[in-house]
Amino acid sequence: MVGAASALYAVRAGLSVVLVDRGPVAGGTTGAGEGNLLVSDKEPGPELELALLSGRLWADIAAEPGVAEAVEYEAKGGLVVASGVEGLAALEGFADGQRSAGVEAVSVAPGQLHDLEPYLADGLAGGVLYPQDAQVMPTLAAAHLVRLARAAGASLRTGWTVTEVLRTAAGAVRGVRTSRGDVHAPAVVNAAGTWGGELAALAGVSLPVLPRRGFVLVTEPLPRRVRRKVYAADYVADVASDSAALQTSPVVEGTAAGPVLIGASRERVGFDRSFSLPVARALAAGATRLFPFLEGVQAMRAYLGFRPYMPDHLPAIGPDPRVPGLFHACGHEGAGIGLATGTGHLIAQVLAEKAPDLDLAPFRPDRFPADPAPEELEELEELEEPEEPEEPEEVS
Amino acid sequence: MTDRMADRPHLAVIGAGPAGLAATLAAAGRGVRVTLVDSAAEAGGQFYRQPATGLGARRPQALHHQWRTWERLRDGLAAHIAAGRVTHLTDHHVWSVERQSDTSGTTSGASDTTGVFAVHALLGPEQEESVAVRADAVLLATGGYEKVLPFPGWTLPGVLTAGGAQAMLKGGLVLPGRTAVVAGTGPLLMPVAVGLASAGAKVAALVESADPKAFARHARVLAAHPGKLAEGARYAAELARHWVRAHVRHTVVAAHGTGRLEAVTVAALDGAGRVRAGTERRIPCDTLAVGHGMLPHIDLAEALGCGLDGAGVAVDDEQRTDVPGVWAAGETTGIGGAVLSLAEGNIAGLSIAARLNSRTPDRSWYASAAKARAGLREFFAVVDSVYAPPAQWAEQVTDDTVVCRCEEVPAAAIREAVDELGAGDVRTVKLLTRAGMGWCQGRMCGPAVAGLAGCAATPSRRPFARPVPLGVLAREPGQIQ
Amino acid sequence: MPRSPLELVHARPGPAFTLTFDDREITVLPGQTVAAALWSAGITSWRTTRGSGEPRGVFCGIGVCFDCLVTVNGRTNQRACLVRAEPGDVIRTQEGTGHHD
Repeated sequence: MVGAASALYAVRAGLSVVLVDRGPVAGGTTGAGEGNLLVSDKEPGPELELALLSGRLWADIAAEPGVAEAVEYEAKGGLVVASGVEGLAALEGFADGQRSAGVEAVSVAPGQLHDLEPYLADGLAGGVLYPQDAQVMPTLAAAHLVRLARAAGASLRTGWTVTEVLRTAAGAVRGVRTSRGDVHAPAVVNAAGTWGGELAALAGVSLPVLPRRGFVLVTEPLPRRVRRKVYAADYVADVASDSAALQTSPVVEGTAAGPVLIGASRERVGFDRSFSLPVARALAAGATRLFPFLEGVQAMRAYLGFRPYMPDHLPAIGPDPRVPGLFHACGHEGAGIGLATGTGHLIAQVLAEKAPDLDLAPFRPDRFPADPAPEELEELEELEEPEEPEEPEEVS
Repeated sequence: MTDRMADRPHLAVIGAGPAGLAATLAAAGRGVRVTLVDSAAEAGGQFYRQPATGLGARRPQALHHQWRTWERLRDGLAAHIAAGRVTHLTDHHVWSVERQSDTSGTTSGASDTTGVFAVHALLGPEQEESVAVRADAVLLATGGYEKVLPFPGWTLPGVLTAGGAQAMLKGGLVLPGRTAVVAGTGPLLMPVAVGLASAGAKVAALVESADPKAFARHARVLAAHPGKLAEGARYAAELARHWVRAHVRHTVVAAHGTGRLEAVTVAALDGAGRVRAGTERRIPCDTLAVGHGMLPHIDLAEALGCGLDGAGVAVDDEQRTDVPGVWAAGETTGIGGAVLSLAEGNIAGLSIAARLNSRTPDRSWYASAAKARAGLREFFAVVDSVYAPPAQWAEQVTDDTVVCRCEEVPAAAIREAVDELGAGDVRTVKLLTRAGMGWCQGRMCGPAVAGLAGCAATPSRRPFARPVPLGVLAREPGQIQ
Repeated sequence: MPRSPLELVHARPGPAFTLTFDDREITVLPGQTVAAALWSAGITSWRTTRGSGEPRGVFCGIGVCFDCLVTVNGRTNQRACLVRAEPGDVIRTQEGTGHHD
């Protein structure tokens, strides 16, 4: 998704773009996502600023002819609920901080929760409504952004695996070697998501992107019974945590197509693709607590993906001072769909040598110590997953 | 050693068709405690599907072949159940087999070849409650289901799978209508046509896209299976007796009707597998039984992490999968009919009985079954090469033809995903179009989507072998030991 | 030559019972599935799709395709080819998702 957005903004900025992926469009984490465009789960700081910028840009793209429908864009808002007074106080405090950073956050009294979400469980302490939260269908979003980029002149090379980052004698990037031939360009954007660390390594630099596994349950198609993205306040704490152990907090949302999506689990288990019934059980338990009517609704399938996790939960965006011509746009953890537009826009700005709209210092790719901590090194060694795509994009 | 049943090693057999029954009898006969878990009300699977008891059929064999084999399986199962060696759980719909780490320490000694499994099954038609059967070993004998490729009109009521027509006839003693056309390709079409005709339906045509004369190229293999040749001749004679016309190298181009099937258009095929212009002919009918071969049920195996061999579960000489403690037999390992399933089930049962008691099975125990297995696999490889859908079937699928029946995805959307949106594999086509995301999870449209998209039909992973209510999923299951 | 499947197997069914399909009373033989019961009454479709509202009935006949979904005694999305018919069942055509608000 981030590669597609980067290609789109770069080509619209007048650059010549080749988009290279070892798999098909959206073959990596994008195709395994829920398509969240969220501000609600972000604390004030650089990521929230990026989310606010991205939200505006998503709305702009969705306003282009046919796009909102094609990508199932819904500005439906998010509702965060707390089960007890203590959780509610924490949630209110969190929302206060967000408001001062420019987020719309509307406190919802317990008596009003059912006006917003009629099927929500009884007895919740209250919640906060975030009207700026939105959703897209991520695979469609990536495919249609690629379609728009191609319409503007970008070329697409799917099934091309990058095997080498080509460098000049002076060390600057001059393109990539792929399984199907060389692509020459004075700038290479690493938008390989969870596999961004591998691509960085091909250029001789370290970037600590680690996989954080998540499962999503999908129900049978239903009429619109869950109107917004609804989740429990402890989700925010889980997102921000550094734990490798399994965490689940209920995140429930309806989709334009009918099924309800149920998340969210987080665990750092490398690229283990095996299904876990205990995780599915925990997700189902959390969702049925929030929405009791779901008890009788069928789960039809489950899928998993690997979020590109970085130790400080911030993506790497911008030029890599260690390798002239190398740019990074990866490591967005679970927010890559939402943050894709802002990331693509900022990357296009720096590629075109304009001042970026946001300060990129917090996203500097070389902000981590050169030698990863031993625990992280161990996980990095597991980063071998030949089937998954990389999404580097070449810009010349 | 004690003879207490509860102390014996415990095998869960999933599926009570020929393979599952043969394995159950072989393993139970050698001291293994067996729980046979099956979704139907009575044993038999699809091949030996029995009329419901309440229907009082006094001559059910009129709808069956190899009836004596069935009697032997049925009586053997009854004897083991009476002796307490086998528990038969009917109306149990398995949705997941979970491999758990062995912490109890109570299982038999052969920990390197067995595991601790929980077989999760939904109960009865309501499917609102789930139980877990714990076992030391699992045999997957989940059989297969029919493949059908789309054509205009195939979603009309009255169009159904050939196997579906047969199942409704065998189990419910009902016919879908009065005048049927049986069409597609494969060895199932003749018995279905004969079954419908003998039960009183008018079979207006049998339409087979392959040319069975192609069998002549495999004279050596055929010569080794005189029984199969005789079976084919018997069906041909039965068809003639019922005045059923067989059209080989023909295909159904479209089904017609408003609200239900009224007629089909049938046409001849040329050497390249294309419809021969000008040969189209309309045949009035209220039933079209159609099939293009069979596919193995592999969901449980896939979720357990078992390796595949082509479309089926990969097994070794003893029918072991590559996951310790998990065996597979019958059509889940590849399509090959009831007799092959019996041989594989028998071998699996013997292997399991030995392995659960920390012994290596002696190949001489199952030499004759292994010989039958080798011969039948060779025979069905020939069957597979002879029977094929028309090579250019996708040309007949108009843009507005619904391909994914559940999500109502037309062929145009699949073509657009490939041509305009950069899809090059079935997973991406699915994500972009919703084809395969509905109730059946792509079991019906999978081969068609791959064919239309021009990519390989890679199996999609289905962690739940059938839909599970979230309330059931959320609860810890009740245990059956 | 037999003129029906029941004749072919010399069936002597137990006493028939009735159920209703969309308020119409139909007669059923014991042991038959809902799909078999509806077929016997000449009914071949009992669901309309949630997209275009097309009629559907039995397709695979063995519980795999979920095309024959129907509402039985208020319970939605039941596979007619698997669920046995019981005396007094109230069976209704299922429209779309089967869930209505």
